[in-house]
Amino acid sequence: MSAIFYLLAVITLAGGLATVLLKQLVHCALAATVAFAGLALLFLQLDAQFAGFAQILVYIGAVAILIVFAILLTHGSHMPKDGVFSRSWALGLVIAAGVFAILGWAVLAGISAVPRQNAPPSATVRDIGEALVGRYVLPLEIVALLLTAATIGAVVVAMHEKASPR
Amino acid sequence: MIAASAAANPFIVDADQVFVLLRDWLVGFLPAALRPAAGAVLGVIAIVCVFPGLFALTTVFERKGLGRMQNRLGPNRVGPFGFFQPIADGIKSLTKEDIVPLRANAVVHFLAPLVLVATVFMGFAVLPMGRNMVLVDMDAGLLFFFAMGAATELSIFMAGWSSRNKYSLLGAMRAVAQMISYEVVLLLSSVSVVMISGSLSLSKIVAAQDQYSGVFPHWYIFTPWGLAGFLVFAIAATAETNRSPFDLPEGESELVAGYHIEYSGFKFALFFLGEYLAMFSISGLGTTLFLGGWSAPFSFLAWVPSWIWFFGKVMLFIFVFIWMRGTLPRLRQDQLMNFAWKFVLPFTLLNLVVTALWRFMGPGWSRWIVCSLILLAAYVVMGRLEMRSDHFGRRSYRYAE
Amino acid sequence: MTTPLAGYLLVAALLFAIGLGGALARRNAIVVLIGIELMLNAANLNLVAFWRFGPLPEALTGMMFAIFSIAVAAAEAAVGLGLIIAVYRHAGTAELDKIDRMKG
Repeated sequence: MSAIFYLLAVITLAGGLATVLLKQLVHCALAATVAFAGLALLFLQLDAQFAGFAQILVYIGAVAILIVFAILLTHGSHMPKDGVFSRSWALGLVIAAGVFAILGWAVLAGISAVPRQNAPPSATVRDIGEALVGRYVLPLEIVALLLTAATIGAVVVAMHEKASPR
Repeated sequence: MIAASAAANPFIVDADQVFVLLRDWLVGFLPAALRPAAGAVLGVIAIVCVFPGLFALTTVFERKGLGRMQNRLGPNRVGPFGFFQPIADGIKSLTKEDIVPLRANAVVHFLAPLVLVATVFMGFAVLPMGRNMVLVDMDAGLLFFFAMGAATELSIFMAGWSSRNKYSLLGAMRAVAQMISYEVVLLLSSVSVVMISGSLSLSKIVAAQDQYSGVFPHWYIFTPWGLAGFLVFAIAATAETNRSPFDLPEGESELVAGYHIEYSGFKFALFFLGEYLAMFSISGLGTTLFLGGWSAPFSFLAWVPSWIWFFGKVMLFIFVFIWMRGTLPRLRQDQLMNFAWKFVLPFTLLNLVVTALWRFMGPGWSRWIVCSLILLAAYVVMGRLEMRSDHFGRRSYRYAE
Repeated sequence: MTTPLAGYLLVAALLFAIGLGGALARRNAIVVLIGIELMLNAANLNLVAFWRFGPLPEALTGMMFAIFSIAVAAAEAAVGLGLIIAVYRHAGTAELDKIDRMKG
């Protein structure tokens, strides 16, 4: 466990907590970006260069931007008058704490069963590319189809209602 | 070729590698354990010094060049021919009052320029600026570059939103929408280079182009798909850096200054710096992908140090940027978006298919004709469809709800 | 915390719980969506960590899962935000407490 890992973990978790707790929605989105960036750095720390850069490109470059656009389009940057948490927030908190307790117990109890392997694996871009068009070509095609469908779907769903003839 | 000239004249190799040798010499004073880190630090220092210096030079040249184009003199008061103008400007922006609007979101307002400059600087880390002159030779260098480019968009949003000014917010939304649209094009046009060179590492992409048939180089721009890709890339790069004719985010006549309207003093200078650094880095990427990076344009010019070629090509890009700024009028927002999604993007997708065709037709002259014909036909047909007169009908207005 | 893997898994579990808490306790639909994204991200961290410390990293399985999951998350965010905007146009709010009518 290196100091860098602890630092990155603290950044990621602080970003996540701030996302959930902050009142101003744009601040939430920016805090989520911090969490995404921290995760990308954790990926790099795990020698998964490609996944880390893809994480930055997709999450910070696209998802975060989409979120702030959605916030502005729904007038979300005004502070809500009657609190940001739902009526049943306590129940949500209990469920989240319960899930964390179960997950944490599972990790700590089961970790000894996982074989140890500490040599950093080498995954060059070439390896990843060959895997993508070799062993994983079917998922790749399905993801391509999914992304196309999602693009069309998002446009259709968000399209102006008045623009479409009734 | 290189080896032959090296044997003939060691001085030329020294000039080519002078910065690498300088770094190694400086690092040599340190214990062996510290050397890689110290080398990286020296590289970072070099980048942080060279590009702002280039920025200062470029601002003078831009203002003087634009002055020439508009039949006036441009700055000519500070120093010989006005060449010390950037120093005066720098002192001015450092000593000016830093005003933060009362209702601004102070933290985000403060962070935005820093994030912008930091992420733009990161992009330089993977650009090969000469033979063996790349700070981090990453396996996924191109992906890293685009990841950093994507991160700058958020800083522009931060600047526009935190200022609490309708003009800055509008400018930021325009900038982000435009950058996202053209980022897709930028990525896809670089993918064709990746398809041919078979690598995401920028130094390998340059090495693949550093070959000659006769005296002519194997740059990707000298192929049908490469030329098409390069043109699309140049358009997207202009839009990505918010330069004229795509400078709507800063349209002075409508938005005053766009997302950095509420920035003054040193923070404004940081935005200005970030904009020019983004220009340099995207020019460097275009050079690397299509113009052979640091390789010489003719084999008999290979004795000229490689970094001179790289910076020369980047400066050529910058000159074209300035030239276009002095020549072309600004587009309208709907024209800009339609152009991106209805013309440039389909054309880029077709270019990917053509690149694949080029790859699988193998060497020979037939692929030149087939690929050129497909691209030309697509350009003519799509251009005709897009330029139909009903696209230029009356403006349609859509008001906010 | 005996092994690096346990550290990563615990961070992922905590991030998952934070995302879940956010998704359950917040009123605004966009923050709920961000919470779901955080949960997906936590799962990705698990996948990459198992790839890194697992027994067969050459197969790239965990890494591939993470990359596909990132792609799917992007699609999910696009559609989800499109839905939120459509609902906002219809109901005039993005607060989940107030969107309680099935009838348009």
